[in-house]
Amino acid sequence: MPMRIELLLAVLVLAGALGWWWSWRNGRFTAVSERVAAVAHETDDAPAPPASTVSPRLTPQELGVEPGTRATFVQLSSEVCAPCRRTAVVLSALASDHPGVVHVELDVEQNLELVRRFHVLRTPTVLVLGPDATVRGRMSGAVSHHHAIASLESLGQCPGGARAH
Amino acid sequence: MTDQTSTPGDDGRTPDAPTSDGRAPAARTPAGGTASGRSPGGIDPRGPRVGAAITAVLLAVTLLLGTGGAALALLAVIAALFLVGTVRGAQGSVQGRVFRALVQPRLAPPTELEDPRPPRFAQGVGLVITGAGVLLGAAGVVAAIPTAAALALVAAFLNAVFGLCLGCEMYLLGLRLRSRSAG
Repeated sequence: MPMRIELLLAVLVLAGALGWWWSWRNGRFTAVSERVAAVAHETDDAPAPPASTVSPRLTPQELGVEPGTRATFVQLSSEVCAPCRRTAVVLSALASDHPGVVHVELDVEQNLELVRRFHVLRTPTVLVLGPDATVRGRMSGAVSHHHAIASLESLGQCPGGARAH
Repeated sequence: MTDQTSTPGDDGRTPDAPTSDGRAPAARTPAGGTASGRSPGGIDPRGPRVGAAITAVLLAVTLLLGTGGAALALLAVIAALFLVGTVRGAQGSVQGRVFRALVQPRLAPPTELEDPRPPRFAQGVGLVITGAGVLLGAAGVVAAIPTAAALALVAAFLNAVFGLCLGCEMYLLGLRLRSRSAG
């Protein structure tokens, strides 16, 4: 019996550590360098697609709208996903409060090509595009208003990002 | 001697405005229709989390019971609870009924509603894990009983304590695997 109690405690400690890491990671903005994007494409186990399709730039056709002049939040959502709804509310409010910021929500099921191209593993994943519509970074998991503002700010600090001249 | 402070004139008035403004309306409510016409049948998101807490306690007891017949029987009961939740949704499960009968009346109304499909998907994941444990345990692989209980306990604990939506984490991986094998 004491062994079993230790087993139970070990399982709970493991679950607690997992949950802490998960909630810490949720919504955090991770900048993607172009070098990393290129390497990620080479190490993909899928057959390498033609170079033109792995462009980190998203076209208005893919987005369904014109990208924002400052930033575009491309939210990949699934229907079986409650945090996707909360994230959509946060990002659409941000887009309406900040000129030049656009929020697009795409369903993963209809956009599997994008999911593979950007190695999206969970929903919601938000690709953060700069003014030139290239992917500058991403956030996954529920995005809070605070996270979204932080990503906008770090976008401004990125090399080649929106800068005052 | 009757002090006429309370006049029985206005019956229809609801006592919703206490003098201390305990709940002043927010300065700016979000633009109307933020739900943007999503599925109308939302559920209280606290329901599945309370249900997961109940499930987690049952799974912890299963783990303490070890590999015997009692552990197998309790795991079978939990699998049956997951089956009910998978068929009827988390709000229709036994744990969901316990929440509505005992917990929800003591809570404030929910500030947001949740789509019932993600918790239902999670019930299905729980059914697969515990069901496999029951089948293997009944077939003589007794180590499967605490293994399945531990795995399901981690998932239920994460749901109850952190609000982790297992369906959200697993759905896309499943979709990618299925589409890869199909094409």
